[in-house]
This record gives sequence, C-alpha cells and structure tokens, in this order.
Amino acid sequence: MISLKKNITLVVSLLIIAALVSACGGTSTPGAPVTDPTTDNSTISVSGSTTVQPLAEKLAEAFMTENTGIRIDVQGGGSSVGVKAAGQGTSDIGMASREIKESELAEFPKLNVIVIARDGIAIVANADVTVSDLTVEQVRDIFSGKITNWKDLGGEDQNIIVVSREEGSGTRGAFEELVMGKDALITASAILQPSNGSIRTTVSTTPYSIGYMSFGYLDDTIKAISIGGIAPTEPNAADGSYPIVRPLNMLTNGEPTGAVKAFLDFILSDAGQKLVVEDGYIPVK
Amino acid sequence: MVEERLTEIALNHQAKAMSLKKERGKQKFWVGLMWLFGLITVLILILVVGYVLVQGGKAINWQFLVTPPKGGLSGEGGISTTIGTTFYLVGLTLLVATPLGVGAAVFLIEYAGEQSLSSKFLRSVISVSNFAVETLAGIPSIILGLFGYALFVSTLKFGFSLLSASLAGACLVLPTIIRTTEEALLAVPDDYRRGSLALGATKWQTLYRIVLPAGLPGIITGIILSVGRIISETAVFFVTLGGSYRLPSSIMDGGRTLALHLYYLAMDTRAFDKAMGTGAVLVVMIILINLGINLVSRKLTAGVRKVR
Amino acid sequence: MPARMIADKTVRYILFASAIIAIVIVLAIGFFIFRESIQAWSEIGITEILLKTVWRPGQDQYGILAMIVGSVSVTFGAILLGVPLALGCAIFLAEIAPEGVQALVRPAVQLLAGIPSVVYGLFGMVILVPLVRKLGVPGNSGYGLLAASIVLAVMILPTIASVAEDAIRAVPENYRHGSLALGATKWQTITQVVLPAGKSGIIAGVILGIGRALGETMAMIMVIGNSVIMPKPLSGNPLTYFLSQARTLTGNIAVEISYATGIHESALFATGVVLFALIIIVNATARWIIRGQKFVEKAN
Repeated sequence: MISLKKNITLVVSLLIIAALVSACGGTSTPGAPVTDPTTDNSTISVSGSTTVQPLAEKLAEAFMTENTGIRIDVQGGGSSVGVKAAGQGTSDIGMASREIKESELAEFPKLNVIVIARDGIAIVANADVTVSDLTVEQVRDIFSGKITNWKDLGGEDQNIIVVSREEGSGTRGAFEELVMGKDALITASAILQPSNGSIRTTVSTTPYSIGYMSFGYLDDTIKAISIGGIAPTEPNAADGSYPIVRPLNMLTNGEPTGAVKAFLDFILSDAGQKLVVEDGYIPVK
Repeated sequence: MVEERLTEIALNHQAKAMSLKKERGKQKFWVGLMWLFGLITVLILILVVGYVLVQGGKAINWQFLVTPPKGGLSGEGGISTTIGTTFYLVGLTLLVATPLGVGAAVFLIEYAGEQSLSSKFLRSVISVSNFAVETLAGIPSIILGLFGYALFVSTLKFGFSLLSASLAGACLVLPTIIRTTEEALLAVPDDYRRGSLALGATKWQTLYRIVLPAGLPGIITGIILSVGRIISETAVFFVTLGGSYRLPSSIMDGGRTLALHLYYLAMDTRAFDKAMGTGAVLVVMIILINLGINLVSRKLTAGVRKVR
Repeated sequence: MPARMIADKTVRYILFASAIIAIVIVLAIGFFIFRESIQAWSEIGITEILLKTVWRPGQDQYGILAMIVGSVSVTFGAILLGVPLALGCAIFLAEIAPEGVQALVRPAVQLLAGIPSVVYGLFGMVILVPLVRKLGVPGNSGYGLLAASIVLAVMILPTIASVAEDAIRAVPENYRHGSLALGATKWQTITQVVLPAGKSGIIAGVILGIGRALGETMAMIMVIGNSVIMPKPLSGNPLTYFLSQARTLTGNIAVEISYATGIHESALFATGVVLFALIIIVNATARWIIRGQKFVEKAN
C-alpha cells in the first residue's frame, strides 16, 4: 500500500509541476525576454499575410533587441484574416499583401492602413524549363489553362504543371488583379499550396511546373521568368518597369499608440526600411 | 465386380490423396503469402522509421536541440522552443483531461449499479454518456480543430494560445482516458470493494484508497497513450495554437509543437533536413512512449497475477 | 451527518458532472459546427453546396462535390491497398506466426500506429511523389490520389490489423479443433471457419480504418495536390484515375480556414458538417451489416 501511495503522489506531483510550468513559463529557458523595468512590458500580436510574415518577424526581432520589454508574436493566416483580425481587435496589427477592399473598409471604418513596403510578384518555374521570358498575356493564358504545353511557348514538349496559391491569399488576390484581370480565372486543375514557401518548394521540385510568388522568396533553387523582357528585380519593381507589384500593408484599429506605434515607427524608419530592402522588398520612400 | 469395386476404391483414395495434396499445396502458397504480408508490414516500418531516423539523425546535434528556430523562410536554427511548447501543451492538456476523464470513468463504472430513486434517470444518463464517448472518439481531428477555433479562439476570444489548444486537445484525448480508466476499473476484483464496504468505509473512501490505486497502472497507460496522441497530433493544434516559433511565456501565448514545426518546415522552407531531424526526434519520442506503455501493461498483468 | 458522508455525497455529484462532460462536449461540437455553417446553408443552398463541382469562393461558387469524390476516392484506394495487407498481417499474427516472430511483428504494428501523420506526409512528399511522377503519363505531377492512397493505406494498416487480430483471436478454439477434426487443412480452417466467425470484428476494424482515412488531414494536404477538380483518368487507361490530383473534404477545411472570412468561412464549416455526415453514414452502414451477428470483438 505504501508503494501505491508513492505512485499517486508521484503522478500528482508531476501533474502539479506540469501545471506550474505551463502557467508561469520557464524563465531559465532560452529565448525568453528579460524584463526591463524602464520599458513598457507588453505583447504585440501581429497576424495576417504569410507573405509579410517573414519580413514582420525579421523587423520584430530587430525591434525586440532594442526594446527588451516588448514581445512581438507574429503568425500567419492570410491577408483576409489579417484585415479581419485588425478590424475586430483580435490582433494589435494585421498584415495584408494586397490593397484593402472597399467592402473591408466599409465593414471596419476605423481601419488604419500603413504601407510598409512594396513587393513584386515573380513568375517562377522549375529549373528545367527553358523558356525564360513571357508576356503578361502569355502568363494569363498559362494560368487560365489556355496554353497547356511548353512547346507552344518555344520550350520542350511537356505539359505545363500550374501551381497556385489558395483563395483568400493576398498574393493570389494581387496576382489575379494584376495579371488575370476581370475575366480570366486560374484553372481548376492547378496544384494549390497554402504559402509562398510551399509554392517555392513545389515548383522547385516538380519538373515543368510554373507558379507565382513574392520577390522576397526568390533564390537560386528556382527560375525567375522575366516579363516582357523585364527581369523580376527590386530596381525594376521600384521604378515601375516591372508590371506586377503590390503594396505590403500593416493595419491597426484606429490610430496606433504605445508599443504598437513604436514598432510601426521603427518599421518606417531608415533602420526598418533597410531591413525591408535586405529581404528583397521595395522601401516606401 | 470385386475388381471394379477395388479399382473404384483405389481411384477414390488416389483422388482424395491428390485433393489433399492440392489442398496442402494451396495452403503452402497462402501461408507463405501471409508470411510475406507480415514481413512487408515490418519492412514498411523499417523503411519509414529508418529513413526518418537516418536522414534526421544527420541534422540532429546538441545545437539543434537547444537553439530556437530562426523563423522566416530559412528554416535555420533548431527546435528548442518547439520541444518546450510540446511539453507545455502536453502538461496543460493532461491537467484538464485527466481529472475529467478519470472522474467520468469512475462514475460510469462505479455508480452504474446504483439502486436509488433516480436510478432510471442515472441509467439513461450513463448510456447516453457512453454513446457520447464513442461518438467523440470517432470525430475527425480537423473537426475538433474547427470546434476549438469556433469556441475557444473566436467566441471566447482566447485567441491562438496554449489555452485554446489544450482545451481542444483535452476533447481529443478524453475518450482515450475514459476508456482505459474504465477497463482498469473493471479489472479490479469486486471483492476489494465489498471487503472495504463491509469494513464500514464509504463509497468514496473505497474508491480513493482501494480501487483507484489498484487500477492505477491502467490509468497511467491511458495517460501515456494520450501523451503519444497529443505529440503526434497536428490538425487540432494547427488551428488553435498559432504558428509562432517562440516559446510561450503564458497560457495565452501561441507556439508550435514539434509536429507543427515539421509541417511548417516541410511546406514553407527547403530545409528538408531539419524537417527530417524534427521527425526523428518525434519518432524517438513515440518509440519511448510505446516502450513505456508496454512496461506499464506488463506491470499491470504482473499485479493481477499476484492477486490470484 | 459525519464528515465522510458529506464528502461521499459531494464526490458523487462531482463525478456525475464529469460523466456529463462528454455529453456536453459532443453536443457543443455539434452545435458550434452546425451554427457556423448555417449562413452557408441558407445563403448558398444545400443543392448548390452538395451537387456543384466548382469551388471558387472568389467567384461566390461553393460546390464541394469534387471534394466528396476526392475523399471517397482516396479512402477507396487506401482500403484497396490496405485491407488485404492488414488482414493478411492479422491472420499471420493470430494463426501462423510462431511466438518469437509475433514478438517482433506486433510491436512493429503498434509503432506504425503511433507515428505522427506529418511524418508520413513528409515521407510521402519526399519519396512517394517523385516516385509516382516516374510513371510517364502526361499530366502526372506525382501529386494526387495514388500517392495519397499509399500514404493513407500505411496509416490505416495498424488500425485494421490490430482490431482484426483481436477478432480472430476471439474465435473459440473448438471451432478450429472441430474443423481440423473433420479433415480440413489449417488454411481451409482459417478461410472457411475462423474468418467467417470473426467477420463482425474484422468488419468493425475495416470501418475504423475507413473512419480514420476519411478524417486524415495534414498528410493528405502534403501529397494530394489540393486541386479543386473532379478526379478523372489522365489518359485512356481508366487506372490513371488514381494519378489525378484531387482535394479531400478535410484538406479543403484545413488549407482555407486560415484565409476564410464571412460566408467563405461558413462554407468551410458546412464542409465539416458534410464530412461528419459521411462518417455517420459509414458507421450506420457498418452497424447494419453486422446487425444480429454475435460480436466476437473487443471494443478498441
């Protein structure tokens, strides 16, 4: 009986320890912020576009090293969720990688839109695709399913595998607005992926595939297609010669104050915009 | 006539012998096939687990385990915060689910045979409750996730947090805990209870001094099973925990479990090696948990043998 | 009343409350999921949702038929691949394997059951999809029903195998002895006596597997392509149906829930209701098939 009692005590104490640990959070674990008695000790929640997310995380980290009392939590969810979260106040800051719609402004009249960067959308293809230049019309026809074989574009005789983002994605919304236009729809047989990162993964590993994604995700594993002879680079996007560019927005419910204002000011400052450029986006100035 | 008859008998024997031979031949084939199936199953396990452990092992070193992930697209960094988040989530979920589950099981088993004024009402409550537990066990995890999102994240405004996730997770493991506790309680011999009551103890005293301790190994099995379930689960926590790679500092903060981190790494980054590494850590945890379950159930049967 | 009697009574009420919790939770789940979906049912209409094949929220189109077909197809494929293997494994463990081999194979099956679904998904993405892509049919991207069915088959294998094994073991020994005494071989005994006797338990296992297959989410998202199309054969050969990309009901919910607002979100909850209904139909069909037969199985 004594050993059984010991068992119960052990189990119960384990549970209590687990509870205490969960409730208080470990101050001795790596990554926990050190409280600075002179700064505001608060948390900023940021949610929304998965395009803006990595940039926001980078900006947040830089900001948090200077302001150790503030904790910034960034998560995804998509541009539409970012708008809603900001409008309803569920998040302090919402992120959107497209223009805010009229209907959204009507639903959340106090929504405050701040452009923190501009971003180009690159058309990307698998490394084995030989075609390297397309017109906007050709891109539209590929994504709508009108053109189905690379040989129709001067490439090899292979079916084009179209990869796209999910409905509700800001990147997709911007792509549809700027490339597809009002009448053409992205083909239903496209492989759909839930983020820029997974577009990059899928296109770079699937032969003869094509997709679209934010400039910031370009790397050497994937082939970037120039549009009408203009390569997808930041200077081309900044001076307007590259046609597919959209704003990256941060949204707040009304005028920002306190820690939120400090963070947004930091983003728009020279230091913040420098990070924007580093990540492959276009600064707002 | 006799010759014909003898020939008939001989041919009959031959036919029977041949048909028996045919049957034996058929059996050899099928038994061999079953061996093959058993072998294939083990091979699949070795293939999947082996691949993940070998590929993942390459990415695992001390750094990997103690540095937090860098976030963003690079997939750089380690998995320290995700390990922490996983532990927090398991602890919190069990904190909610264990008392509820054990309590429910105790009521369903121990109070089922009550003779009292309200016994008819009690009996119908018990059968509805049993049906509910079975239904809950069959609900797909994404639907539990949706429920968690609708109730905890949105309506109650807990947001993406450990709180929302652990409450949803508790719904997930509740049937497991209830069922294993029920089995454990059923295995406790009735004489224990009768002896205790005969000595003048109340039902509750009998329960917590005699029955529950006797059933403890079974209950612990259920808890360990639930731990395994929580660690492997993705869909439920995907929509309730958020995706932050930082370690939550309170129950209102969000985070990533190991399984979620694997998903994000695989989908968003090209760091397949880190994804495999995370997978390897997960698989090792599951192997240890399975060993734990086997140990506890062995102790359980040993205990029963002692009673006899 | 002495203190311990008060304690006894209080405890009874607390425990009663705990027992009610499961009922409350199930009702709450049903209530919330259904409530969130009402907007979709009323504004879009049941026939629109259930019978149309085009799902384009941006164009206000919310037909989920393609997803229903996708879920059913991938489950069918998983059952096709998984049941023979699982049943064979169960027979092997229960009737054929010697003790030592059993001690090796059974833990392997248990371990397979515990592997997280994302690990299977990762494995599918990195190994299976490129492998399937090698089948040189035009339009085959590797992502699709075949890769998904294989992954799913491996995931439901342990579920079906362990329940089936329990069912087979539960068949009384005299059945076997009687059959062997009548001159049947061991295999004849298995196929003509033991399996029919354990039929209800085996079917229960298969149903459990179907339920798991219909409910799987993350692994599916990683290998099935998520295209919103009615799967169809890629070439003249009808088997290439399985090379088609597809989307499951579960994938529909998980991929879009983070992006959805308003009626789009409501339509996703409606997808959840349909999924739930599908599972209930499967379970009810199973109960109907097993009706009146003696249950020779252990509830898992």
